[in-house]
Amino acid sequence: MIVRCRPGIGAACALVLIVTCSSVQAQVAVRADVVHTMAGPTITDGVVLIRNGRIERVGPAASVQVPRGYREIRARVVTPGLVDAHTVVGVSGYLNQPHDQDQVESSAPMQPELRAVDAYNPEDKLVEWVRELGVTTMQTGHGPGALISGQTMVVKPVYPLRSTAILVPEAMVAATLGEDAFGSEGKPPGTRSKAVAMLRAELLKAMDYASKLEGPEDKRPTRDLRQETLARVMRKQLPLMITAHRSVDILAALRLAKEFDIRVVLDGAAEAHLLVDEIKAAGVPVIVHPTMYRSTGSAENLTQEAASILRRAGIHIALQSGFEGYVPKTRVLLFEAAVAAARGLTFDEALATVTIDAARLLGVDKRVGSLEAGKDADIVLYDGDPFEYTSHVVGVFIDGEQVSTQVR
Amino acid sequence: MSRVVLTALAAVAMLNLPRAVLAQEQPHAFVDARIIAVNGSDVAQGALVVHRGKIVGAGASVSIPANAVRIDARGKTIMPGLVDTHSHIGGGSGGDASAALQPEVRLLDSFDARHSGLRRAVAGGITTVNVMPGSGHLLSGQTLYLKLRGAKSLDGLLITTAEGRIAGGIKMANGTNPLRPQGGAFPSTRARSASMARDLFIKAQAYRDKMQKAGDDPAKRPTRDLGMEALSEVLEGTRTVHFHTHRHDDILTALRLAKEFGFTPVLQHVSEGWKVAAEIAASGAPASVIVIDAPGGKLEAVDLSMTTAPALQKAGALTGFHTDDYITDSRFFLRSAGLAVRAGMSREHALYALTMAGARMLKLDSRLGSLEPGKDADFLVLSGDPLSVYTHVEQTWVEGAKVFDRAVPGDRLVAVGGYGASRNETLHTHEEGR
Repeated sequence: MIVRCRPGIGAACALVLIVTCSSVQAQVAVRADVVHTMAGPTITDGVVLIRNGRIERVGPAASVQVPRGYREIRARVVTPGLVDAHTVVGVSGYLNQPHDQDQVESSAPMQPELRAVDAYNPEDKLVEWVRELGVTTMQTGHGPGALISGQTMVVKPVYPLRSTAILVPEAMVAATLGEDAFGSEGKPPGTRSKAVAMLRAELLKAMDYASKLEGPEDKRPTRDLRQETLARVMRKQLPLMITAHRSVDILAALRLAKEFDIRVVLDGAAEAHLLVDEIKAAGVPVIVHPTMYRSTGSAENLTQEAASILRRAGIHIALQSGFEGYVPKTRVLLFEAAVAAARGLTFDEALATVTIDAARLLGVDKRVGSLEAGKDADIVLYDGDPFEYTSHVVGVFIDGEQVSTQVR
Repeated sequence: MSRVVLTALAAVAMLNLPRAVLAQEQPHAFVDARIIAVNGSDVAQGALVVHRGKIVGAGASVSIPANAVRIDARGKTIMPGLVDTHSHIGGGSGGDASAALQPEVRLLDSFDARHSGLRRAVAGGITTVNVMPGSGHLLSGQTLYLKLRGAKSLDGLLITTAEGRIAGGIKMANGTNPLRPQGGAFPSTRARSASMARDLFIKAQAYRDKMQKAGDDPAKRPTRDLGMEALSEVLEGTRTVHFHTHRHDDILTALRLAKEFGFTPVLQHVSEGWKVAAEIAASGAPASVIVIDAPGGKLEAVDLSMTTAPALQKAGALTGFHTDDYITDSRFFLRSAGLAVRAGMSREHALYALTMAGARMLKLDSRLGSLEPGKDADFLVLSGDPLSVYTHVEQTWVEGAKVFDRAVPGDRLVAVGGYGASRNETLHTHEEGR
């Protein structure tokens, strides 16, 4: 039963009202000096109406009548909830102790069968941290650091976790090429060529498995979680997200995409700016490394202008907070987009890399990524330019529920 | 030629600074800029005049010498060069695995002046830096205070103290980093860490006492001990202990040690400083804060908060910032102040923390840290407000010489990154393209 928050429905309902109005069913009108919808021009003095967890209407205050009973909230600036195209938050915990580091299982170099949902801890402090800083949807799960580390999921950073907050339970299969995926203590892969050979051999097996799955019922193979997952990659149901920083590794990733006719998403890609034509021709999207990522090791040749260079070339990009092995344990998506806006992207382009473009890249743009009627009511409120160091996030809504009132 | 001039020429030759000399022959006046002097008030439109590596004047009513090279800085903001009180640029090392306390070891003996980190630092506006060995020891060695003059050898970067010594401090640490579960030469508990440090300082006191008693009689002096010599300087107040410490109880332990042996350390990191801000302020110890994007990553940083810097400042402690490069990138050092303001610090204090506070922590505040006549001409030309994300460091000047210019392709490469930007062998000399 839905109890609407309409005044004058009797004292008996008062208690129910309080509960209901703070839950998913609340009806809210957010009025802001500036509304960045990411689905058309920016609105000055705009209103976003939220009803039953969805966006009901967006428009200038002059033309949008706020219905009676809606809780009214004011803010200087409003954007869609931020979409982090790639993180390990909730899987690589904030304590950074062995017991909360589930992003890479090091017992074998390739374990595509590992699901993110089986490791994701929605109560981790960093889940709350990124939520309070505006992230309302994220691709998280197995991280870089193994040839195939496992799967990812697309989830909203809510606690407690509800099933509807998991947008895509099995989103991508995470692979890594280059020195970052080399085995420890002499375990394979120990070279780049070996790593690619191992991946190709595994994909050949999956191809075979996939074709048997389509054969006569009596000849179907025994269930094999690993091959089932890779068969979905072969059928283009799951993209292979390949973390590759150096040019040689990016080219290897593009070769794999072509050879096996699979969907590849490039991740990190510190040297993508050197291979713009190749990436463009391959039609592969890039989840660009965080703008302030450390330029060391395999990422030594990164540029803070990567997002701008790739976007200008017409490559579909999104930004990420990425994986961090030490301090800080996560980067802040909003801060990374902010610096991208100061390194060649326009304000709108930078915001798109962490909203609508990221949602499209993750295949969840029908639900999130912009402020449009019918979409999930995921909204972030600010007291100034969202990208300025000295501005604050002052409120976050997920599915119409205010999940943060912190000033961050 | 007088002896003074000869000495000066020798010093210049040693410093490897031909360009610096050229830049200083004539006064340079940066006119119509917004001036943030740090020790004075902001001026919306004023000038900075520098000559022979020193500041001649800064502000709204500075007289510009007739022979000055005038540089139109309309629309730009000029502020003092940044002081980073804790960095690891230069690829230097400290003590090895043989002992937990190694005061005799100098970072000086392993520093690479051609390390790419130095160029990233000037691209971020850092002109003075305390380069330290790591925190895996209770005492990992002697640190170096450097001016990033663009010299390609260490001698050209050194600072000489009033006592004629190479400027630098000493690095100590407590908390988890120096602990080794297997023990051995290293502690495996916090209390053992503290007792080992106390033992060392008791020895240092005895050494210092013997030295004092011996007076001018070399026969009565103890055998020279490099570590004890450095610690004697700590006890005499001429060498500063830079104390890596995160958790609030570890901070108090560091202050307890310092009080017992009568020195004033600079507290470094102080992730939980917000919990003991009043105690830090009461101790008189300055604190240099690392501004990190998220809590966690290590057990003693789980309660790290961006509110530490404003809390310390409001409690009355001298509060500064550092990069801990590579933990945070030197190119984003200005951002520390921006995020501290986000967390509640006043704008003036945040800019002071980036400059004067660091200068005071390194005891170089009579020479640098603000735009005041007589001080070293260490300054930045910024494209806009120092606390804005959209602002770039356009030029960095050290002692009147330009050491970074974003308009020069090689410098721009270092500032934003790209192929070869992180190579230690520099791709070009600074004179190219100018």
